Amino acid sequence: MHPPVNPLEGDVHSSTGEIIPDTRHSHDGHFACSEVVITPEFQDQGDEIMTHYPASRRSAVLPLLHLWQETHGFISEQAIEWIAGMIRLQTINVLEVVTFYPMFRRHPAGKIQVKVCRTLSCALGGGYELRDYLLKKLNVGEPDAHGLATSADGTYSVEFVECLASCGTAPVIMINDDFYESVTHDKADALLAAHPLAPANNPPSA
Amino acid sequence: MPVAERRLVLKHVDQPGYTVDIDCYLRHGGYEELRKALTMKPAEIVNEVKISGMRGRGGAGFSCGLKWSFIDPTKNTKPVYVICNADESEPGTFKDKQIIYKDPHQLIEGMVISCFANNAHLSYIYIRGEFTEGAKILERTIAEARERNFLGKNILGTGFDLDIYVHRGAGAYICGEETGLIESLEGKRAYPRIKPPYFPAVLGLYMSPTIVNNVETLCNAKHIIAMGGAEYAKLGKPNNTGTRCLCVSGDVVKPGYFEFEVGHITMGELLYDVCGGPRPGRKFKAIIPGGSSAKVMRADDVYKLKKRGPDGTTVETQLAFNDVPIDFDTLSAVGTMAGSGGIIVMDDSRDMAQCLANIAEFYAHESCGQCTPCREGSLWMKKITSRIAAGHGRPEDRALLKNVAHNIGGRTICAFGEACAWPVESFIAKFPEEFDPKPPAVPVEAPAPRTPAAFQPTP
Repeated sequence: MHPPVNPLEGDVHSSTGEIIPDTRHSHDGHFACSEVVITPEFQDQGDEIMTHYPASRRSAVLPLLHLWQETHGFISEQAIEWIAGMIRLQTINVLEVVTFYPMFRRHPAGKIQVKVCRTLSCALGGGYELRDYLLKKLNVGEPDAHGLATSADGTYSVEFVECLASCGTAPVIMINDDFYESVTHDKADALLAAHPLAPANNPPSA
Repeated sequence: MPVAERRLVLKHVDQPGYTVDIDCYLRHGGYEELRKALTMKPAEIVNEVKISGMRGRGGAGFSCGLKWSFIDPTKNTKPVYVICNADESEPGTFKDKQIIYKDPHQLIEGMVISCFANNAHLSYIYIRGEFTEGAKILERTIAEARERNFLGKNILGTGFDLDIYVHRGAGAYICGEETGLIESLEGKRAYPRIKPPYFPAVLGLYMSPTIVNNVETLCNAKHIIAMGGAEYAKLGKPNNTGTRCLCVSGDVVKPGYFEFEVGHITMGELLYDVCGGPRPGRKFKAIIPGGSSAKVMRADDVYKLKKRGPDGTTVETQLAFNDVPIDFDTLSAVGTMAGSGGIIVMDDSRDMAQCLANIAEFYAHESCGQCTPCREGSLWMKKITSRIAAGHGRPEDRALLKNVAHNIGGRTICAFGEACAWPVESFIAKFPEEFDPKPPAVPVEAPAPRTPAAFQPTP
């Protein structure tokens, strides 16, 4: 059973103003509604972050968003409410930050997220060809309106990002949090094959 | 003979056996300059930095000592903040990353000295979000420094207290602009503030006096204490003192990062002797000298410079591209800027329209959207350059691009307006013929692609 797509839950296209219906709600149920449990350890990590900002609770917005996304994968409505509570402001004060910064996702991406640098030095070094190669190799389809292409099983996603500050060793990619430099197609193959989260390295348990 | 490097900041970077832990740093004389600085008066340190003549290494090249002297701790009732700008995101620049990943204690030592000089007791390192590993390294570094009492309460028994925290950005280029960075650190969208009245030294973080310095600048503070301001000022050239990290990327045989005395190396020496010249069978065509916002230079440029001789007469001299020394003043005299030290090289296989389309797409993505000329203009410049690059250019496009670019610079709150207009203006001025319509690569009826075509070397 797939819940009907409510066009109002989609995002608004930044330049045309059109509403982009969120079709990804449907392929594995309605994740946007499922709440996660805030564990005491998670709450402690959040409280520790607050101590870094003695002059203003609001300053903790970015680190709290990072904490949430690293733990739970993407910024849900629940995340926004929890953070608004932590900084004692309205949810809109969190939402406006989420929509401004490119690193925050409002939808899950793949378990293995490949970010390819798009900017000039990497483009000169073959960044576009590398991105096209990875799109095909990982069978992630065409990028969506946010530039993210995710495989149907949710294992891989591939996207372009802007300058990653390793221009001398172009082209550069990130796989989750790790940087890789001078990435040839062969090197990309080897990195992805060796990745601990790759399906070949995680046979489904009986 | 290639010009020898003079490594101060990058001295231990890539040195075999050098590790990021505090014991290694201490074995190499680490935190000695901090001990020395703590015996001085804060005003004396500010004075040494002033005498050194060091200019900020972030991009604007503003005098660091002057920036510091805007803050008078004796007159302030509000706390002073020092922020390290580690948001390194100017395309072509990758020097700060080397320092953070390979010699992080040097940065912390420079920061403690700077905080002591400016009487700041709380300091943040604003690091770009993609440096996940870098942020972890810095957190470990801070914890180690705190354990040894180089940070925390009563540092080395002097009564000086200081806390440093790492604050991660989240992928927005505009956070490199100092007031945008401050807004971001306050937990808001990184909309740069209007100046006046929001000069950081007066109304910065939490409306308190704030100093925002680049990673390399803060590291240099340590070397100024070590050498003394006057001795440091002997490095480089007058008004362009010290050493500078240069990052070379693009179409050279050996790209990389280097450190030279400012102005002691020319473009030709750097690109041919140090970086091995162009790839076989190729020639250099275009060079961006200071991060992608800097105006592009042609490899066959000859500049006419006016110099005032000692007798007061003006002499006109000629300077070929290869002979341009890399320093702040000469690069601005030839119509571009030293910027962040990121040098991007393009050879004769490259289509300038494609290169500019790539840069324009970057700025369209990164405009914060606060000021209309930049928000709208950057998108139009992306659209027009993309269609030229894809072979759908129109006869009027060159004039249209110029018109859009001219209407951005000077009409925005921050320098991003200039940063996105300059590449467009300079590429068109230097390579006008490449922006004329060319025969389309695909039938004209097809819609223009969303992104510029992949970079294909032309035979």
